[in-house]
Amino acid sequence: MALSTPASGTSLDAADILAAAPSAATSSLWRDAWRRLLRNKLAVVGGLTVALLCFVAIFANVLAPQSYSKANFGSIYQFPSREFPLGTDQLGRDVLSRMIYGARVSMLVGLGSQLIVVLLGVPMGAVAGYVGGRTDILMTRFIDVMYAFPRLLFVILIMSMLGAGLINIFIALGLTGWVGIARQTRAQVLTLKEKEYVEGARALGARGWRVLTRHVLPSALTPIVVSITFGIPEAIFTEAALSFIGVGINPPTPSWGQMVGENQQFLRSYWYLCVFPSIAIAVTMLSFTFFGDGVRDALDPKMK
Amino acid sequence: MLTYTLRRLLWLIPTLLMMALVTFLVMHATPGSPLDPIAEGANPLSPEAQKNLAEAYGLDKPLWEQFSIFIGKALHGDFGQSFIYKTRTVSEILIGAFPVSLLLGSMALVLAVAGGVTLGVLAAVYQNRSWDYVSVTVATLGVSVPNFVLAVFLIVLFSFVIPIFPTGGWGEPKQWVLPTVTLALGPMGIIARFTRSSMVEVIRSDYIRTARAKGLAERPVILKHVLKNACIPVVTLLGPLFAAVGTGSFFVEAIFRVPGMGRFFVDSMTGRDYPMIMAVILLYGGFLTVMNLVVDLLYGFIDPRIRY
Repeated sequence: MALSTPASGTSLDAADILAAAPSAATSSLWRDAWRRLLRNKLAVVGGLTVALLCFVAIFANVLAPQSYSKANFGSIYQFPSREFPLGTDQLGRDVLSRMIYGARVSMLVGLGSQLIVVLLGVPMGAVAGYVGGRTDILMTRFIDVMYAFPRLLFVILIMSMLGAGLINIFIALGLTGWVGIARQTRAQVLTLKEKEYVEGARALGARGWRVLTRHVLPSALTPIVVSITFGIPEAIFTEAALSFIGVGINPPTPSWGQMVGENQQFLRSYWYLCVFPSIAIAVTMLSFTFFGDGVRDALDPKMK
Repeated sequence: MLTYTLRRLLWLIPTLLMMALVTFLVMHATPGSPLDPIAEGANPLSPEAQKNLAEAYGLDKPLWEQFSIFIGKALHGDFGQSFIYKTRTVSEILIGAFPVSLLLGSMALVLAVAGGVTLGVLAAVYQNRSWDYVSVTVATLGVSVPNFVLAVFLIVLFSFVIPIFPTGGWGEPKQWVLPTVTLALGPMGIIARFTRSSMVEVIRSDYIRTARAKGLAERPVILKHVLKNACIPVVTLLGPLFAAVGTGSFFVEAIFRVPGMGRFFVDSMTGRDYPMIMAVILLYGGFLTVMNLVVDLLYGFIDPRIRY
């Protein structure tokens, strides 16, 4: 076991010198992947759309022509016009402005939740896979049960118990999302820790923690990155679904899913209230899918 | 094979128990109580009334006792009285609503498998030609766009622009079409993508070259030789597919006003209807775990190369 190997006395252990070679290969792997990604037109379009959405989300307060929350009873249920490009809702609020702020919620949920998921899931999976033994069995059992839980069901349960709100969405997505990435990291670590180069690092005196963080995890990074690129749209979808049934984002903060959910019963009379946010969700999800597919193919050309 | 089946069946018990326990803990560990008024800002019940109600529903007992009472009763099929629909038991409500959801789900599943495999085969046979692009487009739309968004688009297209189908309801078969299609598109996309890549792999294999070399026409090669083996990995998808159709149905049922389980599910969660929540989660969770088991066993049956 790595944990029992004697430590080398020098502060710079020989394994680090060896590690210099694989790290050069790693950087060229990423450069190659980048080149392959740029050649994929759909992925580039998807990536640009995602970048645009991020831009809109960050500068929502500058871009939105009107307030997202202030009711204006003089102009309720206005169809799209020059003054209100996407119309107004039942409180006379500008739909375009609300959608611009909705982008902020979507992006925040997508990126923020993945950060939590990675921070929880990667260490859990890495420890389970690397330490092995009883720890692994215990953690894997737990992970398996969590995995058997229908995910959306569990998220809805947590949200209805905690109440709507952005922080609670992060909690719910974090609590349920880490399982998949932990499983994947564990599987990667299990195969990688038997590789010759890891054994080499160990033989040269690197200790458990160092082997794990410097030698094993960097090689496990590609599938983790791929699963993040698919986790972001899933989180955005989950937020939209939660807000759709009314347990996601708290009004008056706008969210696309909430706009669709609140207005779907008026679809016949005021189609624009529902259709524009629907288009926004669809475009966002498609862009992330194209981008994610591109990233996966670029990182692992064999998988195509 | 038999020991494997038995072991998997035995594993069902701790899995379901864990599910029940996690749900139970989440319900009780979070702030709020089913005795709180449902309307926001309403006056709370008097302490005596709360005490009496808690006693009547057994909520005053320690948590472990509540949990073991629940498990004991659930084993006899008794999930208790609903907190929200006070006159009906949980089992009565579910028996009424489940068949509707089951019908919708099965129709969607059949459509998803039939449509998905067809699209996948077409895409693989006509690689990088127009059929391929059509099927990839449908697949990508289905996979990535949430079903309630698809529902909005389908209603606008097929109820308003071209008025062929009604916007909702669940009486006549005509009303079944849009919800079924909406629910099926997602899983259909997943199957189509998977079938395509699996087909492409098999088409390149040696025994297919042999089949062609001996002069077999293209159609029997594809339908008899390729499809048979390409379908094996697709079977593994059925497990997650059941999950997608099951949870997807809440949204589809809400939009198309289908009187299935979806409504009770969301209502019970937001109204803290403890007995109902437990029953619904265990029903879904149990159904999914059993289906996963069936799929795993089926997989070994279809593909003799797999040994347990």
